[in-house]
Amino acid sequence: MERQFDEELKTLQEKLLYMASLAQESISIAIKGLKERNEKYTDKVMEQEKEINLLDIEIDELCMRLLALRQPMAVDLRLITASLRISSELERIGDQSVNIVERTLELLKVPLLKPLIDIPRMATLAEGMVRDSITAFVNRDAALARNVCERDDEVDNLNDQIFREILTYMMQDPSSLKRAVDLILVGRHLERIADHATNIGEDVIYFVKGKTIKHHFEKFNYDSHS
Amino acid sequence: MDPKTKIESRHLDFYYGHKQALKDINIIAPANKVTALIGPSGCGKSTFIRTLNRMNDVIPGARVDGEILLDGVSIYSPKIDVVELRTKVGMVFQKPNPFPKTIFDNIAYGLRIGGMKHRKKIAEVVEKSLRKAALWEEVKDRMRENAFALSGGQQQRLCIARSLAVDPEVMLFDEPCSAIDPIATAKIEDLIQKMKQNYTVVIVTHNMQQAARVSDYTAFLMLGELIEYGDTPQIFTNPKNKLTEDYITGRFG
Repeated sequence: MERQFDEELKTLQEKLLYMASLAQESISIAIKGLKERNEKYTDKVMEQEKEINLLDIEIDELCMRLLALRQPMAVDLRLITASLRISSELERIGDQSVNIVERTLELLKVPLLKPLIDIPRMATLAEGMVRDSITAFVNRDAALARNVCERDDEVDNLNDQIFREILTYMMQDPSSLKRAVDLILVGRHLERIADHATNIGEDVIYFVKGKTIKHHFEKFNYDSHS
Repeated sequence: MDPKTKIESRHLDFYYGHKQALKDINIIAPANKVTALIGPSGCGKSTFIRTLNRMNDVIPGARVDGEILLDGVSIYSPKIDVVELRTKVGMVFQKPNPFPKTIFDNIAYGLRIGGMKHRKKIAEVVEKSLRKAALWEEVKDRMRENAFALSGGQQQRLCIARSLAVDPEVMLFDEPCSAIDPIATAKIEDLIQKMKQNYTVVIVTHNMQQAARVSDYTAFLMLGELIEYGDTPQIFTNPKNKLTEDYITGRFG
């Protein structure tokens, strides 16, 4: 039986989906700016972040209204609480993209330290995790959500690799320190984005299965990215 | 430790003539907890709660199979005195049904029937019962007024006080708030939650939010069958059965 409430839940999911597409796009635009050493992408990311923030507020308000007026139960309740959490994660992803853009603006002032290889790879992985976590949400696909969580290790490993590599540049040439630190930070921001995608994956599993896996999911070692 | 079982049904079947209203119901109501029964109209929840103090006995053609155990003793055994059973297992109904007597006498009646003669003692128990039902402050100066002068919500609390006066162990509520306003409902719900310190409570309700608010355990019935029984938070956040899910989210009804 289709309920009026279902319409409202659909609106909620559509808003979240749109927010996710903005967040995801902001990662790729930010990295594109870094790769192509082009300032023109900066404004786009900043603009999208503003829109993402507005959507975060809108989604919060919609969720509060649905909680108060519909008193949802069971799967409806889990959908709304998951939406609240996912929206905060997406908002943070938007912030991280802005952080990357800020690093980029600094990096553009000086010559490239080294060719970018691992950072774009990491960005592709992180972006893929965000995309799949949202696909898992839309399709209520717990297996895909779990897969997203498992992929976080890959991003963490790449981040460690980037860190070690750049460290050698820093040791060789102290004048590269500023550039090196900025690159390390970009890696760090991407690593955080992957963490947010992982959190979304966990939220999706809770929404679909009613089971909490965060904080004690045996396959994961959360120490490595805290 | 699991809470102690106060009252339970085992393989309970119930028939109105040829029509089977309950099929193999196994429900436990733990001591000092609130157990809620929910389900669509005609699912058998009222029939079930009425088997717990044999209120169905008077219905012609009604028949019970299986057992209801109160503290492990079958209440349908021939040795059981039904009047005594109903003092132990009190009941509050959908519509408040005070006696056409004064407020005082509504409560004193059961005491006198039970053989209490001492006036002062009766007055004491009346006051204590009214206090337990959170009604004393509102009626202490109106004890000689007719009970029908009270509002619906007050009448319902008077009925609760009347049941409490005879010192029951189990309290059954069959849709206790369906005929009263939200403020009075909140008072009754609050009362039910406080009552579990001293009593075991079973409540039938159409209002799922009410079940969620007041109960510790919830049983979902449909077409005379028990579909799911579990901790109330689990039932309302993560029901195991699709039928339960569909019912509590209003996808059918």
